[in-house]
Amino acid sequence: MKYFVKRYKMFLIVLVLMGIFFIFDRNLGRMAFEKAGFTVKEMLFVIPPIFVLLGLLDVWIPRETMMRFMGEESGLKGVLLAFLLGSAAAGPLYGAFPVASVFMRKGVKFSNILVFIGSWSTTKIPLVLFEVEAMGVKFALTRLALNIPGILIIAWTLSALLSDRQIQEIYSLNTEKHI
Amino acid sequence: MHGGRGVGTLLLYSVTVALLGISYFKDRDKTKRALLKALKALENILPQFLVVILLVGMLMALFDAEAITSLIGIDSGVFGVVLSLLVGSVTLIPGFVAFPTAAMLLQGGAGYTQIGAFISSLMMVGVVTFPVEKRYFGVKLTLLRNVFAFLFSIVVALAIGMVMGEL
Repeated sequence: MKYFVKRYKMFLIVLVLMGIFFIFDRNLGRMAFEKAGFTVKEMLFVIPPIFVLLGLLDVWIPRETMMRFMGEESGLKGVLLAFLLGSAAAGPLYGAFPVASVFMRKGVKFSNILVFIGSWSTTKIPLVLFEVEAMGVKFALTRLALNIPGILIIAWTLSALLSDRQIQEIYSLNTEKHI
Repeated sequence: MHGGRGVGTLLLYSVTVALLGISYFKDRDKTKRALLKALKALENILPQFLVVILLVGMLMALFDAEAITSLIGIDSGVFGVVLSLLVGSVTLIPGFVAFPTAAMLLQGGAGYTQIGAFISSLMMVGVVTFPVEKRYFGVKLTLLRNVFAFLFSIVVALAIGMVMGEL
């Protein structure tokens, strides 16, 4: 019980805050819980398969293989693969972080992880097609044409801004012990 | 509205089930280990996920489509672009809901520049998911990544505005 309270402290605090919210504005409060329910549904659908795939990746793909394809020496191949994997993804951006975590454990290069995060966030293929349909070709293609170089520039700039030690620290947040 | 998302989810499930089947067929022990790892990883991030869910609920109740339209409507100008960036940064709407919403906002009179700002920041900047991102990336990288994504969204908004003949 004590363990539960400690681990879920933030959650309980926000829950109480929402309860207060509910007392002051019933309508808004009810809507907030309804919308939270909607997000729960989405997460319940999308999150479990992502974690199962992660588990499979973790036990089946050896570190050496991942390093060869996406590690320090992977060059252009690694960048392209990071882009494709991110673009082929399904689900909201918060689903990408656990994947990035396994990538770090498997020795994927830091900038490739950032490319993967970038493409997951905004160049997902099904979503681009949907964007064309909803917003028109001009809108969608302008965004895509900017996003591709933008993702690379952001990834490389962030890698350059962080020192090797800082990158090492981020990787050590994602060792087996922590996850 | 959820048609596109349905297909994506279906594909995700098909791939997962197929791979799980192959894995089980090849090595039961490894498969069991994979599932345990999945469960452990999920439980590990669950407290942060739950906080995000609640925050999203609150924000979505505050910023429904009507509220967003009133913020970034016709002639909202630079102020509207800034607001769009902020609203996009703090909200978390799945893309398959966001695009129809954006199309509706356009019909309601919002400018392409504002919509470009909203869509780009919505997808790339995650303020409410900060607790989740921080767990994996640490505070510094999470902050930097989001700041860069925010600045980049300004560039995207301006470019969209120019291409669409608004600027």
